[in-house]
Amino acid sequence: MRQTGAGSVAAVEGDNGIVVEQLVREYRKGPRAVDGIDLQVQPGEIYGFLGPNGAGKSTTVHVLTTLLPPTSGTARVGGHDVVKEGPKVRSLIGVALQEAALDPLLTGRDHLRLQATLQGVGKEQRKPRADDLLERVGLADAGDRKVSGYSGGMKRRLDLALALIHQPRILFLDEPTTGLDPQSRTALWEEVARLRREDAVTVFLTTQYLEEADVLADRVGIIDQGKIVAEGTPAALKAEIGRPSVHAIPRRDEDRPAIAQFLLQFGEPLATTRDVAVRLRNGLGLTDIVRAVDQDGVDIVDIELRAPTLDDVFLAKTGRTLEGAAEEAEAEQQEKRVR
Amino acid sequence: MNVAWPQVGAIARRSLVRTARQPASVIPPLVFPVALMAVNAGGLRSSVDLPGFPTDSFLAFALAVPFIQGALFSTMNAGADLARDIQTGFVNRLSLTALRDWALLTGQLAGVVVLGVVQVLFYLSVGLAAGVDFASGPLGILVLILYGAIVALSFGALGAWLAFRTGSGESIQALFPVLFVFLFISSMNAPRNLIGVGWFRVAATLNPVSYMIECVRSLIITGWDWQALALGFGFVIALGLVSMTLAARALRTRLTRT
Repeated sequence: MRQTGAGSVAAVEGDNGIVVEQLVREYRKGPRAVDGIDLQVQPGEIYGFLGPNGAGKSTTVHVLTTLLPPTSGTARVGGHDVVKEGPKVRSLIGVALQEAALDPLLTGRDHLRLQATLQGVGKEQRKPRADDLLERVGLADAGDRKVSGYSGGMKRRLDLALALIHQPRILFLDEPTTGLDPQSRTALWEEVARLRREDAVTVFLTTQYLEEADVLADRVGIIDQGKIVAEGTPAALKAEIGRPSVHAIPRRDEDRPAIAQFLLQFGEPLATTRDVAVRLRNGLGLTDIVRAVDQDGVDIVDIELRAPTLDDVFLAKTGRTLEGAAEEAEAEQQEKRVR
Repeated sequence: MNVAWPQVGAIARRSLVRTARQPASVIPPLVFPVALMAVNAGGLRSSVDLPGFPTDSFLAFALAVPFIQGALFSTMNAGADLARDIQTGFVNRLSLTALRDWALLTGQLAGVVVLGVVQVLFYLSVGLAAGVDFASGPLGILVLILYGAIVALSFGALGAWLAFRTGSGESIQALFPVLFVFLFISSMNAPRNLIGVGWFRVAATLNPVSYMIECVRSLIITGWDWQALALGFGFVIALGLVSMTLAARALRTRLTRT
């Protein structure tokens, strides 16, 4: 059964859950990458941590997986404090970081054997476990090939297999599908869903893809500039925004301002790059707009009614789209590099 | 069972597998020192006619040099491998396992030692094939293998320290010429008492590499020279202790895991 809401701290603490309170992580020469976040992940839940590049997702994962100490605040993973009980936390978790750091000279099977030994998997179990995982992630035929010959999708799948070698109760996946083709992405989603469904693994998944969070996550936390700006099930978050939006594509680009002005009578404007859009006021529907378009002879190529998406949630909470926020972050990085 | 020893074995195995799959890491430490020795043995052969030269075979005299030169190559390779692991995030991957800090360092160095022993066996084989007579006999050859292992360990730890400290392969490469200067300003090509240039003789006398070379050389051409052995082993063990302490500290800083 799906968990659809955060339970009490006590219920999460002793189990395979994650409890974070007022977590802060500051870098020496930068702003707060994580700025006082609170979150709870229920045992057996897939928690999607959604945000643009530079929002603080990976830093949060690094703290929760014991790779970085927090500046302040607390985090407990599987009932253990990430600062005081690092080794215990590491024994419970499997982690696939953003960069699948694999050794190009080793084969997939070499990697699994190394990881199994380092994780303390018994000698007799190492080979069958490696075979099983290679099979499960679709690398059975490629297991004895050097990783230098793997595609991006194959590396990601091997990375997932490595994270699972010691049968962790909690799995951290940091942007696991970034750069993957649609087929590999779907295959990875299926495997993550299966892990939760069949093995009751708790999954903490960071992503910048709305669709990924929408499809996979039981609950989503949206992070921007180090702060969680919204949290809940994807359905609840979208329902919170409530009203659908209407998107019109002008026939001529120079008509955009006029069409934007025309649409203002139906709702508040939305920041978009490809079309002209408004969030509909209550009580209005697509037919009202189509009728008005006909009456006024507005020249548009297409008009579409869209249900709220997680991007709308992000927009409502931050005033920016996810795409726009990512571009801003990239520009900021660029500026820093130039300086 | 203590899980750390299998971890050491796994890290050492990886180090060896990596090296075996990179001919560019295996061949230069074997071939270049021997090639340099052959060139020197040809060009400096008449040195043996100098009064006080300790042997009538320059090849036997020069055979000590590859031991140290090969170790320098090992230092570079071990350091560069570790630096690359840091740069690519592989060390982070290892940090997320139950791997103990000391097991990572020990495993990495164990791999370097095995390669060091392989190198020594190769140099000894070349020497034997070329007709070098080992004055200290079979037991001396065993001591040479042991010494080669300790030299590889000490220099390997130096490379590991630099890698953990800088995390940069370029920094390790930049150190290579510096280490080679130590090798060249030593008694590699002439006994110290026969070095004519005053400053060079002083530099060679102050240079610990001279004593490492003379330790190896004594087993090949003199027999059991306890003073040379004590100085050679003393310097290389001291270097090893300092390097390993520094490497262990730098590793703790590098692995910031809680």
